[in-house]
Amino acid sequence: MPELVITVARFGFLILLWIFVFTVVGVIRRDLFAGARSGRLVAAPRTVGASTGQAARPAKVKRGRAAHQLVVTAGQLAGTRITLGESQITIGRAEDSTLVITDDYASARHARLVPRDGQWFVEDLGSTNGTYLDRAKVTGPTPVPLGVPIRIGRTSLELRP
Amino acid sequence: MTAAAVPATSPVSTGEQPGVRLARSRRNAELSLLLLAMVLVAAYSATVEATVLDTVTPDFWIPAAALGLVFLGLHLIIRWLAPFADPALLPAVALLNGIGVGFLRRYDLAQAAPADREHLAIFAGTGGRQLAWTLAAVILAAALLAIMRDHRSLSRYAYTLGLAGIVLVMIPAVLPARFSEINNAKLWIRIGGFSIQPGEFAKLALLAFFAYYLVRKREVLSLASRRVLGIDFPRGRDLGPVLVVWIISLLVLVFEKDLGTSLLYFGMFVVTLYIATERVSWLLIGLILFFGGAYLAYLLGGTVGGPFANFYLRAEIWLDPFGDPYDKGYQLVQGLLTLGTGGLFGAGPGGGQPTLLPEVQTDFIFAGIGEEIGLFGLSALLVVYLLIVERGLRAALAVRDSFGKLLAGGLAFTLGLQVFVIVGGISKLIPLTGQTTPFLSAGGSSLMANWLLIAVLLRVSDGARRPVGPGGPAVRPSGGPPEQLHGAPTEVIRP
Repeated sequence: MPELVITVARFGFLILLWIFVFTVVGVIRRDLFAGARSGRLVAAPRTVGASTGQAARPAKVKRGRAAHQLVVTAGQLAGTRITLGESQITIGRAEDSTLVITDDYASARHARLVPRDGQWFVEDLGSTNGTYLDRAKVTGPTPVPLGVPIRIGRTSLELRP
Repeated sequence: MTAAAVPATSPVSTGEQPGVRLARSRRNAELSLLLLAMVLVAAYSATVEATVLDTVTPDFWIPAAALGLVFLGLHLIIRWLAPFADPALLPAVALLNGIGVGFLRRYDLAQAAPADREHLAIFAGTGGRQLAWTLAAVILAAALLAIMRDHRSLSRYAYTLGLAGIVLVMIPAVLPARFSEINNAKLWIRIGGFSIQPGEFAKLALLAFFAYYLVRKREVLSLASRRVLGIDFPRGRDLGPVLVVWIISLLVLVFEKDLGTSLLYFGMFVVTLYIATERVSWLLIGLILFFGGAYLAYLLGGTVGGPFANFYLRAEIWLDPFGDPYDKGYQLVQGLLTLGTGGLFGAGPGGGQPTLLPEVQTDFIFAGIGEEIGLFGLSALLVVYLLIVERGLRAALAVRDSFGKLLAGGLAFTLGLQVFVIVGGISKLIPLTGQTTPFLSAGGSSLMANWLLIAVLLRVSDGARRPVGPGGPAVRPSGGPPEQLHGAPTEVIRP
């Protein structure tokens, strides 16, 4: 093999190695920016979601006694009421939760309540201390009957008509 | 999971459509990076053959292609089982593993008689064995991805894993030396011609246990404290577990004669503790305990000898390798000279003299590779390690449950620490110790354990990046931005 070929291969390999490194960095970078951009995009169409939500609303509420309020019955926020709409309620210590609870035993994103055809489902979001529906630990999305307490740490919540 | 129990359509989903962009899995980016990595591995073997054999044999590409097929298999499994996993992890690890196989094959070429060199079989020698081990390790990683569909399921077996970890650490210390000692370090279980290094697997099991334990104890460890000199120090009684781990790691140091492993276990625990509590005092306590312990072992080794003598010897070699360059310091001196010969750009793949360096296929592989690709290439490899660690820490930041955070953060840090321990050892920054270089060194245990580590990181990053199903119950917590409320009539309440 001529010396020149080997030298080219030698340095070519090193350059290719760094090209690989920078390509990986590029993929990671694009990943970061993709996240940032769609973060903005999610925030923008709020009104679109709200209008379709309201349009679909009358069909849902008809069935039986639907829940209209979420009431905190125990804990620091006892007595607080939230009017329920069509959107989910997130509960946790994080500032952007719908219901921000300052309970030592609550996680940042602790649980959420999701409406499905007029029925509300509670779901644990991987909290440290768990969410309990009455006495049972919530493992997957669980339907919440009216008046049954959801327990998160020292806080207790109920759905009311 | 239970997602199917609830109708998938919902009025909320219409407003979520732009959010779907966030859910890009980036699997195609992973595939192209993987291909680039394999091209690099093939280019490496071609250059090696051109330099060593003076010709490129027609089947130089076969090891690279075999590796490529194995990794492609894993890539397809990821597409199927963990579609939102981090796209950079697999290609980066594949590159390191491929370069490792390539270098080991190059070492076989150097060892073979000149006449046999052109006909070296694909699965022959250390390089071939490493290729087979890679296949086994990748299958193991794929199996872990298949079994563990959610990293949180690991926490159910935390105590079992913790016990298994301690047993695995202890086995080599308890076994008689003829079953466990290789090169003066009792780290092995040797059965017949076959040897495994249980400590490599133990670190994964122990870390899962640490993560689980600290998630449970986090509050008490971070809240109860005394303030001294502006730093919050924990109460005496909370120091219990960290002292237990410290004692275990010192026992490893003394009875298994291995500084690296003990540093690894202790560092792993202290850092998970730090991640769990966000208290710098744990890092300070950890560093002081470790350096105090190591210094004590050094002093005892100098005066009493006995079980501490080995550590004393290693520290002496580290302090002055050129004091006895032909006997005790031979390996380290050769390693340093090898790195020096490599210089800035190296002698070129195939251009070095790896046979002059003892243990070049395991502990000193980084020096061996360094001779041929130089500082310029070595720093690229180090950056690849850095990127793997960074992706692990990123997954830890993004995942929502604390167990996942501690698990991914701890695993990523452990990988980084292991690279530091061995690269620091061969470059005489810290006393040399028999650690393997992750993904590069020859050896099945190390390769399998590190691929399992990557499988766990892939699983956690999949959990972290997976979007919440449109408006519906999440399959698992998502790392994306919180779901927007669509201006619904809810009141945000703060106390």
